[in-house]
Amino acid sequence: MIELEEIIRIEKVSFNYDSSPALENINLTIYRGDFLAVIGPNGSGKTTLLKIMVGLLKPASGQVVLFGQEIEKFRDWHKIGYIQQKATNFDPNFPISVEEVIASSLNSSPEVRKKFRASQKQKIIQVLSTVGLEQLGPRPINSLSGGQQQRVLIARALVTQPEILLLDEPTTGVDLKAQEEFYDLLGSLNKQHNLTIVLVTHDFGIVNMHVTKVACLNQKLIYHGQHEEFCSSSAVQEFLKGGHHLVSHQHW
Amino acid sequence: MTELLASGIFQRAVMAGLFLALSCGLLGVFLVLRKEAMIGHGLSHVAFAGLALGFVLNLLPMAVSLALCLLGALLILEIRERGSLYGDTALGIISSAGLALGILLISLKRGFGLELMSFLFGDILAVSPVEVWFAIFLAIVVVISLSFNYHQLIFMTFDREAAMVSGVRVKKLDRMMVLLTAMTIVLGLKLVGILLVSALLIIPASAALQVSKNFKQTMLASTLFSFVAIISGIYLSYLLDAPAAAMIVFVSLLIFLGTLLGKRKK
Repeated sequence: MIELEEIIRIEKVSFNYDSSPALENINLTIYRGDFLAVIGPNGSGKTTLLKIMVGLLKPASGQVVLFGQEIEKFRDWHKIGYIQQKATNFDPNFPISVEEVIASSLNSSPEVRKKFRASQKQKIIQVLSTVGLEQLGPRPINSLSGGQQQRVLIARALVTQPEILLLDEPTTGVDLKAQEEFYDLLGSLNKQHNLTIVLVTHDFGIVNMHVTKVACLNQKLIYHGQHEEFCSSSAVQEFLKGGHHLVSHQHW
Repeated sequence: MTELLASGIFQRAVMAGLFLALSCGLLGVFLVLRKEAMIGHGLSHVAFAGLALGFVLNLLPMAVSLALCLLGALLILEIRERGSLYGDTALGIISSAGLALGILLISLKRGFGLELMSFLFGDILAVSPVEVWFAIFLAIVVVISLSFNYHQLIFMTFDREAAMVSGVRVKKLDRMMVLLTAMTIVLGLKLVGILLVSALLIIPASAALQVSKNFKQTMLASTLFSFVAIISGIYLSYLLDAPAAAMIVFVSLLIFLGTLLGKRKK
């Protein structure tokens, strides 16, 4: 039997906003190669959980282990790519080119800068080609469409060769066609490059065909397991009660 | 004109002005994009208290002002981090405290009001050789600090959360930025005065933002606009026998209006 490699382990994690609980006793392990969708109703703690995983929030109790190390001791942040909710809602007047956005990630710490010093331009060209934006390097990011901006942010995250990518509702405000292309890209990164992906989404339908695992959250972890089993489990009924859907949107 | 160019006073004013422009032009871009444009204004009030304290204690006013301004800058960050305050509230609190302290100190010891007043409006033509060296030193510190952390500063200004996750030491860089700003403000006090020093941090950078397509261009344009404003301002003040600080700010404003009109026409 193949031993699965742990990337992130969440142990008995709870979190409160002031006195109201947002997460209660969450246990969850993410393995290399997983494409995990974190789903649940509004206010279920999805974003909070993701922020705890990347160290932006500190849990009230429990612990987070990244690549076998407690998060407090973890330093290899270039192994983690993160795209926050509404990431494309940046200041529209911010003067920055696509290349500069990506270069900022290649120089995010002295360690990363040292690692990629020799080949920065080459890396930028390469990563832009991966996300299908080869020609757009010198363009200001605010002149691109929402879908293209999302791809630039993926490129920024990918350029340091992360081993896991965590995304929070990444396609909010992006048209349906661009959303599908975006998730196709994530699917191919997961399958072809064995990139581990954690995706917080309220629209399970559109990512349904790409994910391998599902975590259904409503302050507590209602379900965590294989995607196929989720679709036939009782947890899905609770999920559907919230007006969510499991099939992809129809489009004309 | 030849006489003017040959005079030591003018040469010192231009030298100090150019190096101040370099610091302001580069720092200003980050401050404006970080939505901290008013930090210069707030810190100049703290610097005012420092000057007054220096006069009261018979110590070098600029040195005391620098010390107090650095302390005020760190306090602003500390209050902002711990106090759960909205927007510029921490800045408003420290700025008012600085002004109140300055006024109190003036009332305690009479006789230096006039000298202190000269710092309100600045006097670039009275810059001493030591102050020129301070301007050069400051510009070197600013250029080295910003160059070494250039990409990290861009990253955290553009997307703070992602930068934090990527290992950018945002709190350390926040401190570096306020400390550099505090140093620039203290130098600016002598050159353009407490009341106008923040204009040099805000206006050239805002003008650069109107005409630039990427970050590098913005930094270059902001520095260039600062240079033009300072040199033209000093020259106009000589020509019109008008206060240099006001002339420098008016030229900056004209550049800003020009870039704004240029942008609208596009």
